[in-house]
Amino acid sequence: MKPEKEIVIELEDVHKSFGSQKVLDGVSLKILAGTTTVIVGASGQGKSVILKHMLGLLKPDSGQVRVFGRDLAQCNKADMRQIRSSFGVLFQNIALFDSMNVYDNVALPLRERTRSNEKQVRVAVEEKLALMGLEGQEDKFPAQLSGGMKKRVGLARALMLDPKVVFFDEPTTGLDVNKSNEIYRLFYRTQQQLNYTAVIVSHDVPKIFKLSDYVALIANSRMHGPLSPEVFQLSDNPLIRDFVLETMGPIYSSETEESLLYETF
Amino acid sequence: MHTCVNIMDRKVGVAIMKSVTKYIARLGSETMYFFAWYGRLGLFLLTSVFALLRPPYKIMPVIRQIHFIGANSLYVIVFTGLFTGMVLGLQGYYTLNKFGSIGFLGAAVAISLIRELGPVLAALMVIGRAGSAICAEVGIMRNSEQIDALECMAIDPFRYLIAPKLLAALISMPLLVCIFDVVGIFGGYLVGVHLFDVGAGAYFQGMYQNVVWQDLEMGFVKSFVFGLLMVWISSARGFYLHLERDGGFGAQGVSRTTTKAVVMASVAVLVWDYLVSAIML
Repeated sequence: MKPEKEIVIELEDVHKSFGSQKVLDGVSLKILAGTTTVIVGASGQGKSVILKHMLGLLKPDSGQVRVFGRDLAQCNKADMRQIRSSFGVLFQNIALFDSMNVYDNVALPLRERTRSNEKQVRVAVEEKLALMGLEGQEDKFPAQLSGGMKKRVGLARALMLDPKVVFFDEPTTGLDVNKSNEIYRLFYRTQQQLNYTAVIVSHDVPKIFKLSDYVALIANSRMHGPLSPEVFQLSDNPLIRDFVLETMGPIYSSETEESLLYETF
Repeated sequence: MHTCVNIMDRKVGVAIMKSVTKYIARLGSETMYFFAWYGRLGLFLLTSVFALLRPPYKIMPVIRQIHFIGANSLYVIVFTGLFTGMVLGLQGYYTLNKFGSIGFLGAAVAISLIRELGPVLAALMVIGRAGSAICAEVGIMRNSEQIDALECMAIDPFRYLIAPKLLAALISMPLLVCIFDVVGIFGGYLVGVHLFDVGAGAYFQGMYQNVVWQDLEMGFVKSFVFGLLMVWISSARGFYLHLERDGGFGAQGVSRTTTKAVVMASVAVLVWDYLVSAIML
């Protein structure tokens, strides 16, 4: 990692258990400003739990979570609100407000956190919806939208106040290849435009590697990495190697594979 | 033989000890849960009141909630009030007629309604209609991570979600109780004057002479307290749905918690009805 970049989020020896189940066992991780860090791992390994620790929605049993240099455990509600005002979050289930239409969902952060009047809100919301290709969908309710459209509305809402850090929890889960690519394109375009730090939890390997600066694997309740995507794919760490082999497969060889494949039929 | 009995005794002793330990552990866990829950409930109210007092003040969310809690409850309040007044007229006439004092019918109907039945029945109806809806709404928002989303957007859920409901209930409940009382008195008038032979003048004169300011005061205080209890308990149960002992998961979790909220709020209304009456008498 390049030392000159500012550390935005730092997890230090974080332990977390739910009942008798140990989910995080001494996890340490640094997220650098302006970079994209992808946390990968099999389902149920605690990827979303790490994200919730960074957001301050969960508190570690031991260890520290520091955001912008401040220990979240020491922060009161007002401090938390101040820290979170620099965050944008795209939840796994998107968490759109289901009794509000698309327009009101996207407008909510502006209405609640700024003193913008309705005219300014309309201009800003229309701009973000246009960026996401959602013109003409303002009056629809979340239940009337497809999965991909919901994700785009969620992204528009997350980016509404030009956040410094944006968290993506499984941004492409449940989407087909085209819709996933669309979300990635939007992510790339908006990050170029707004220059935010991104933390992505995903298992969309290897596609997600193209967008990432650093990749970290969570396995056996511990963090492995972060490493650059190239180094990650060639890592000697047996857990990383197993994960890479499992998700990306060994390098394709027609001689060894095709015969095996056909023999099984 | 002797050794065998000893072993048996020891086994029975161990079994008894185990069940006693289990019982004590259960008792401890129940007590902890009880205090944690009521402590949380108290903090919830304090946080909501502070959120209500903190500027900037927004009027539109409160108006929307007044429409939901107050205006939308109007039909059920008018209907319940009318029949409560009518039945009071009927029963009052039957009883007072025995003593030859039907001139007190107006006063009896009005005092019963203003002091007791108006606030209590209106509160129970509003709990059934709006309290259950508030609990289900907040509970579903908790279950579908919408409250987490608010927190992550640095929007205080107490200020955004709970405070407008609290203020709206404090404004709506006294007004609903007033409407309940007026319609109830009219119901008593319909039965007493039109169905039986009580004079309209006697009905209203008795009311005018016997209903005092303290009666109205008690009705007002009760409606205020019951409005607070309704929103407090309904929204707190929904807000802490994820901390329910059964996990509060899914549609069943929401429905179970909503039922608990309605029962708890209704019981709280009856308990506080007694307490307020006892304090103000």
